[in-house]
Amino acid sequence: MEKDKKVTKIQEFIYELKVNQVMAKNIVVVDKDMSLKDIRTLLRDQRISGLPVIDDGKLIGLVSLEDFIQCLASGKKNCTVPEMMTKKVVTVFSDSPLVEALKKFDRFGYGRFPVINRETNEVVGMITKGDIVRGLLKKLEIDYLEEEIHTYRASHIFEDMTAQDFMLRFHYSIKGKDFKHAGECASDIKKTLKRLGVQPQIVRRVAIATYEAEMNIIIYADKGEIIAEVERDRLIITAKDEGPGIEDIEKAMQPGFSTASHWVREFGFGAGMGLPNIKNCSDGMNVKSVVGEGTVVEFCFKFNSKHIEGKDKDECI
Amino acid sequence: MKLSEVIKILNADVLYGEDHLNDEIEIGCASDLLSDVLAFAKTGNLLLTGLVNPQVIRTAEMVDIVAVCFVRGKMPPEATLKMAKEKDIPILYTQYTMYKSCGLLYEKGLPA
Repeated sequence: MEKDKKVTKIQEFIYELKVNQVMAKNIVVVDKDMSLKDIRTLLRDQRISGLPVIDDGKLIGLVSLEDFIQCLASGKKNCTVPEMMTKKVVTVFSDSPLVEALKKFDRFGYGRFPVINRETNEVVGMITKGDIVRGLLKKLEIDYLEEEIHTYRASHIFEDMTAQDFMLRFHYSIKGKDFKHAGECASDIKKTLKRLGVQPQIVRRVAIATYEAEMNIIIYADKGEIIAEVERDRLIITAKDEGPGIEDIEKAMQPGFSTASHWVREFGFGAGMGLPNIKNCSDGMNVKSVVGEGTVVEFCFKFNSKHIEGKDKDECI
Repeated sequence: MKLSEVIKILNADVLYGEDHLNDEIEIGCASDLLSDVLAFAKTGNLLLTGLVNPQVIRTAEMVDIVAVCFVRGKMPPEATLKMAKEKDIPILYTQYTMYKSCGLLYEKGLPA
């Protein structure tokens, strides 16, 4: 059921593109008084299987090679165009979306349809399935090129900035005990960094560390904030809260040490891996805490150097 | 190992992610502690867990987990499925216990 809801790019385009954007505009038409000899030459030289027949600018029928052969086979010497043409012609309007034309191809099984201007009723073009495919491919190519340019622009934002120093700052307010929205900040930072073209491995480390910091605020404090500051070659995350504070930071840094309550553990958190994990993922970390006032955890990531897990690296803070 | 193979081995139902059956699972990971998942999970993971709250999906998103399988026949709440759809992370559901699920997958060649 989910599958049906997904709209592909092509589906989007067949509603967006109009018949007159993909149809053949320079078309050959036949006047109703044209001689059979001329028509035969036209069909042969142009290698066209069907020609619209025009009377005073209006479409009155369609004449095909088959009509021509049938007329000859019937033994008549002088069939006129109006005699042998197909009079019931299915047409499409030039301002219809492609999907309308596609439906008609499906329903009638013809290879081509004359395209009519809705207001003037004149024939303005012909459309085949090939025209539709070509039109879609062209549109896809343009779209893809635009997407490439967008991605390029976002990921080169740093290279394009000529200032010696600059900083992008993202601020998030975190509500304590709010498990419903827990992780939204980390999720958003992850998305933003991806868009900025930061290496996937670094993005992943940032996401994990930020998520841990965010969960700490939600588990232990009533409220807090997370600030991400992106610079040219590093990222600093600051997680501040107005929580109970940490009594013994050294102990809190030990894997497995936890003061989390039972309900937190039921959620799968509070295993005493939070701070150690932030330390592991980041390229430098700093914890300041005052009991009864709150805690500030700062950690940073370098964009241009190799990350070695577990090593002491207090260089980027 | 393809996700479709995992489904067969665990006799699992797909609660979300029919489009992902051909996704490649590189390693398996089993835990009821999300903190441990965050600390130890690698990319390309299948996460087996008995936890069913939405935070499982959020955690999976953070560490780029390919798919989540709920073990012991625990049906996740609507909120969890909704988030899985949002994040486009496939969700499986098996009656097997955690130990049995791990054993079967490991036996069939899914590394830890």
